[in-house]
Amino acid sequence: MSNWDRFLDTFFNAKVMAKYLPDIAYGMLITVELAALVIVSGIVSGLALALLRSLGYRPVNLLIVFVVDLFRALPPLVIIVFIYFGLPAVDVSPSGFVSTWLSLTLVLMAFSEEIFWAGITSIARGQWEAARSTGLSYGQTLMNVVLPQALRLTIPPLTNRTIAITKGTALGTVVAVSEILGMASSAVSNSYNPSPLTLGAIAYLILFLPMVVFGRWLETRMAWKR
Amino acid sequence: MPDKPIVEARGIHKHFGAHHVLKGVDLVLAERELAFVIGPSGSGKSTLLRCLNRLEDPSSGSVIVDGVDLLNPRTDINHARQRIGMVFQSFNLYPHMTALGNVTLALRKVAGRSRDDADALGHAALARVGLADRAGHTPGQLSGGQQQRVAIARAIALEPRVMLFDEPTSALDPELVGSVLGVMRDLRESGMAMVVVSHEMGFARNAADRVLFMDEGVIVEQGTPAEIFETPSHDRTRAFIGQIQRH
Repeated sequence: MSNWDRFLDTFFNAKVMAKYLPDIAYGMLITVELAALVIVSGIVSGLALALLRSLGYRPVNLLIVFVVDLFRALPPLVIIVFIYFGLPAVDVSPSGFVSTWLSLTLVLMAFSEEIFWAGITSIARGQWEAARSTGLSYGQTLMNVVLPQALRLTIPPLTNRTIAITKGTALGTVVAVSEILGMASSAVSNSYNPSPLTLGAIAYLILFLPMVVFGRWLETRMAWKR
Repeated sequence: MPDKPIVEARGIHKHFGAHHVLKGVDLVLAERELAFVIGPSGSGKSTLLRCLNRLEDPSSGSVIVDGVDLLNPRTDINHARQRIGMVFQSFNLYPHMTALGNVTLALRKVAGRSRDDADALGHAALARVGLADRAGHTPGQLSGGQQQRVAIARAIALEPRVMLFDEPTSALDPELVGSVLGVMRDLRESGMAMVVVSHEMGFARNAADRVLFMDEGVIVEQGTPAEIFETPSHDRTRAFIGQIQRH
C-alpha cells in the first residue's frame, strides 16, 4: 500500500463514509438546530442589553459591563462544563444540548452587545439632536434614526463573531451532544478509521461557508452612500 | 414690541460643570421678528439657541415658547418641539433616508400624519426650498447647500412657530451659501419668527430686525443692524465688528 493509498484509506474511506453518512447527517441537523437557537437568542439578548445600556442608568450599565466582560473573558468550554456539571449541585440538570445552547448564547450575547453598543455610540450626536429637535422621542429616535444606521455598521463584525461562536457548537461534544463532531468522533471510535472526521469537516463547510458568503453579501448590500 | 412674544427666555443660566456658559441671558422674540445673534466663539450663543428648544437644559431661568413653558416638568417637550424648528451647522440629515424620508419622518411619527399625507406635505416643503426634484435623493447624493435646504424643509414641514438657525452656513463652501440664505430670506418674508446664530453679516444687515452681540455668556448690547454695525456703544462690540469686517 503506497503512502497515497494509505492516506486515502485513512481519510476518504468510502465504505466507512457511506456507513456513517446518516449519523453525520443527523449530527448536522443537531448542529443546525443548536446554531440557529444560539444565533437568535444570542443576538436578540445582545441587542436587548445594548438598548438597555443606551438608557444610561449607571447601576444597570455597570452590571451589563460586568456580565459582558465576564462572558467575553471565559472560554466557552469552561462555561459549558460549569453549566452542565455545576448546575446539578443546585438541583438544575440541563441536558448537554441545553448547556451548550445556554453557554454559547451567553458568549454571543456578550460579544454582540459590545458590537451593537459600539454601533450605537458611533452614531453622531447630531443625529440624535436633529431627530429630537423635530419632536421624536428617545425611543423613536433610537428605532428610526440611530439603530438603522448602527445595524449597518455592526453587520461585518457581527457576522464574523457569530460565525466564530456558532462553530463552538462543536464543543457540545464534551457534554455528549450528538452534533456533527460528536457523531464523527464516535464513528471514528467505532470504525477505527478517521474518515468520518472528513465527513464532519465537509458538513461544517456545507453549513458555515454559506454563512460566510451571506455575511459578505449582506455587508455590500447594506452599504449606502454617505 | 409689535406683537406678543413668541419666545420669552428670561434669566437663563447654564453651567457645564464648573464652566459658567450663560450668565443670565434674556431673549424675547416677537412674532415675525428675526433676531440675529453674533459674538466670538465660546460666547454662549449656540448654547443659548439650544436652550430655546431644550436640547440643553438651562441651569436656571425660564423659557416660554408660543405660550408653553418648556421647563415645566409636565410639559410634553416632544410635542412642544414640533413648534420649534432647528437647523444645525452640520445639517444632520439622516443618511439612510431619502430627502423626502428625512422631511416626513417626524410628520408621521410625531404629528401622526398618514404616509400619503406626510408625503404630500414633504413634497410641498421640499418645493419651498427649491428641491422638488430631489425628493428621492439620499443626503450623500446632494451638495452641502442642498442638504442644508433639506434640513430646513425637515423643520418647516412641521409648521413651526419659530425657527432656530445654528450657524447654518458655516460648513458650506462659499458658492453654496447663497442658496441657503435665499431660502432663509424667503422664510423671513413669509413672516416666520427666527433666531439666527451666524457670521453672515451681510444677511444680518438686510434681513435682521435686531442684532444681539454676545460675549462671555451675556448679551453685551443689542439694537438694529445699523446701530450695532455702524455705531456700537461697547468696546467689545466694536472690537468684534472690526475683526469680522477685516476678514
